[in-house]
Amino acid sequence: MTMLNKWAVSLAALCTSSAAFAGTSAVADEFKWMTFAVFGTIIAITMAITFWAARSTHSTSEFYAAGRSVSGIQNGWAIAGDYLSAASFLGIAGLISLYGYDGFMYSVGWLVAYITVLLVIAEPCRNIGKYTMGDILAFRNDPKKTKVVAALSTITVSTFYLTAQMVGGGVLIKTLIGIDYEVSVIGVGVLMLAYVVFGGMKATTWVQITKAVLLVIASLILVFLVWSPYGFSLPAYLQAVIGDDKVVAQVAKLLGDAATGMTKEELGQRFLEPGLFLKNPIDQISLGLALVLGTAGMPHILMRFFTVPTAQAARVSVIWAMGIIGGFYVLTLFLGTGAAMLVGSAKIASIDAGGNMAGPLLAQYLGGGENSLLGNFFLAFVAAVAFATIVAVVAGLVLAAASAMAHDIYVGVIRGDKATPKEQVVAARLSSVIVGIIAIIVGILAKGQNVAHLVALAFAVAASSNLPAVFLTLYWKKCNTTGIILGMVVGSLTAIGLVMISPNMTYPKAVISGAKKVIEGEPAQAAKDAVPAKVASSFTCELFAMEGCVASAPAKAASPEKPAKPAAAEKLAKLNEKIQPLQDSLATLTEDPVALKKAQDDLVKVKKDIAATEKAKAKAEDDLKKFEGQTTSIMGLEKPYFLLKNPGLLSIPLGFLLVILGSLFTRDKRSEELWDELYVRQNTGINAEQASAH
Amino acid sequence: MSNQNINWAAIDANPKFQALHRKKTVFLWSLMIFSTVYYFLLPIGAAYFQDLFKIKVWGVVNFGLLFALSEFVVAWVIAFMYSKKANTEFDAMAQEIINETQGA
Repeated sequence: MTMLNKWAVSLAALCTSSAAFAGTSAVADEFKWMTFAVFGTIIAITMAITFWAARSTHSTSEFYAAGRSVSGIQNGWAIAGDYLSAASFLGIAGLISLYGYDGFMYSVGWLVAYITVLLVIAEPCRNIGKYTMGDILAFRNDPKKTKVVAALSTITVSTFYLTAQMVGGGVLIKTLIGIDYEVSVIGVGVLMLAYVVFGGMKATTWVQITKAVLLVIASLILVFLVWSPYGFSLPAYLQAVIGDDKVVAQVAKLLGDAATGMTKEELGQRFLEPGLFLKNPIDQISLGLALVLGTAGMPHILMRFFTVPTAQAARVSVIWAMGIIGGFYVLTLFLGTGAAMLVGSAKIASIDAGGNMAGPLLAQYLGGGENSLLGNFFLAFVAAVAFATIVAVVAGLVLAAASAMAHDIYVGVIRGDKATPKEQVVAARLSSVIVGIIAIIVGILAKGQNVAHLVALAFAVAASSNLPAVFLTLYWKKCNTTGIILGMVVGSLTAIGLVMISPNMTYPKAVISGAKKVIEGEPAQAAKDAVPAKVASSFTCELFAMEGCVASAPAKAASPEKPAKPAAAEKLAKLNEKIQPLQDSLATLTEDPVALKKAQDDLVKVKKDIAATEKAKAKAEDDLKKFEGQTTSIMGLEKPYFLLKNPGLLSIPLGFLLVILGSLFTRDKRSEELWDELYVRQNTGINAEQASAH
Repeated sequence: MSNQNINWAAIDANPKFQALHRKKTVFLWSLMIFSTVYYFLLPIGAAYFQDLFKIKVWGVVNFGLLFALSEFVVAWVIAFMYSKKANTEFDAMAQEIINETQGA
């Protein structure tokens, strides 16, 4: 207790110390106290949960699996809390606010993924498994070898996902309330460690449930406020969205030259049609495969099924999770389009280019705007939910990685399953601390790095390595140790390798040329004729930039003549020249209110333009300095060789194929002998791990 | 773990277990294949059948938007169908096998 208290106090001190403030944020200084009050309340609630959970967390089963006493409904909420990371909670609403239909379409795969979990993974895993994915694979395959491979894969997937969460979380908290990036990362890390180390799975579960409930409440309130003025009619609401000038302007901006000649109505309607964001269908199918098969192979999701007492409860938990997760994504359609209409994409993108601030800014607007108490309370609430989201997801990931380290590697392989119960719990807690500290260090080191692709990569590795192994172990009689090891190693290495040479990486040449365009300006361009769409010369050419390949490209509309773009410095000088005359006219125009208003608006606009140009110039200068003298990516490539952002299309079939080939070409007596037992047990639940007595 | 000496091969060969296995396999695979195909129709349709997706059906609401919303409904219906079947049929069949094993 005293230790927990000390942590809470030192964290509060960390948050309120004035040194922690830096830079601009979405919340004005005068309202920051409220943000901290809301944050403090939520942290206090989670700390109370941890204190309560710590009293009943002593054995290994209690630490890893909450004593298998979580009910199906509770686990459903916890899965939703574990799964709706900041990327999906803030990211998808943001994508919808910027790109309309495509953003919504993107959310579908995240729900459909749970059909695989429900039909083929949840119940068998509950019946066969104990604490980790390694336990499932080791059931009929060589225990030591498969546990090593399973643990490595679990740690790899968790680390990718964890890094993305830590970096995303640090940036998010800095943007929302202006706390330094490093302080945010340490804060998230310390809190998460407190939950995991003291309260184990029980605390993690209840933190995830709390977060999911808060998230759903916040979203329902916002959607009610956005939708009710239209009598909860979908067509009437969307009619208003696409009739809004800000939405029309955003579509026109996205379409560029193709928007010439389109009416305002056509432009608005275009917001509800596909193709504004996702351009490459093959890439989307590749991502879809990784989502649909990867979710079922995510170690932190698999682990949740060991916390319920029976396979029936595992079933109930997936059904509830699907209801909550799907319902939430339907709500994001309203959050995203509402933000596009009420806040406007220009403002959303000016705070965060990826659109992550759409939800929080919408909350602020609906509460009464930037300068209102209620508006800032709403913003603080959504920000606190975002913070709870990161902490809850990170805690689940750390627990998964720590269990692989302690239970699979240390207890299973090093100690040959002979560790005493007490030793096992110590190993589990110690591993959590190690993983947690690594997460904090990686989070700080990865500051400012491009980590967006790490989430997709985590799903791709899970789908190419974990899922084929688990699935074929459970359902294919001939599957054996060699196949599992071969499939997992090749599947994950292929996924990682393809991403390393994909467009996700940073290619200095392109960055430098972009930065030079900003600093030096661009020459005038003559008018161009329309170009029809190009079809790749073969399917391989769709995937790889090989010699002699014609890459596919979408059709381009005819573009009118374009004047030269001035260099940034020149542009700034011109803008600055405009300020003085405008200020002079303000002084003389006091008689004429209409002209006065216009002059004031012009002045605000010029000042905004100056700020934006200065920001772009600073970024370009930064880029030039950062990549000075470099011409190739860390893989030594000038441009991507693999053309998709998502490797799943190749790496997932390869993972399956190698498990099958490895199994067909070798024989393994243990794998064959234990098949009957495994198959009967996964279908009937005989001898499944029991819930611990209360 | 009281019953260590269960004859797993015997249960596996039990006609009741075989019946459960067959029923489950057919049912699960049909749902799985249907849901996968239905899901991938969305990105394929959005890329190659844009004219269809743009047709306005309900005020400004177009076919594409309704199709995307239908993905959610279909996912929920599949979850409901599976859970109903499992709760009423599969669980009862499995329980019979468990009872037989423990009675033997």
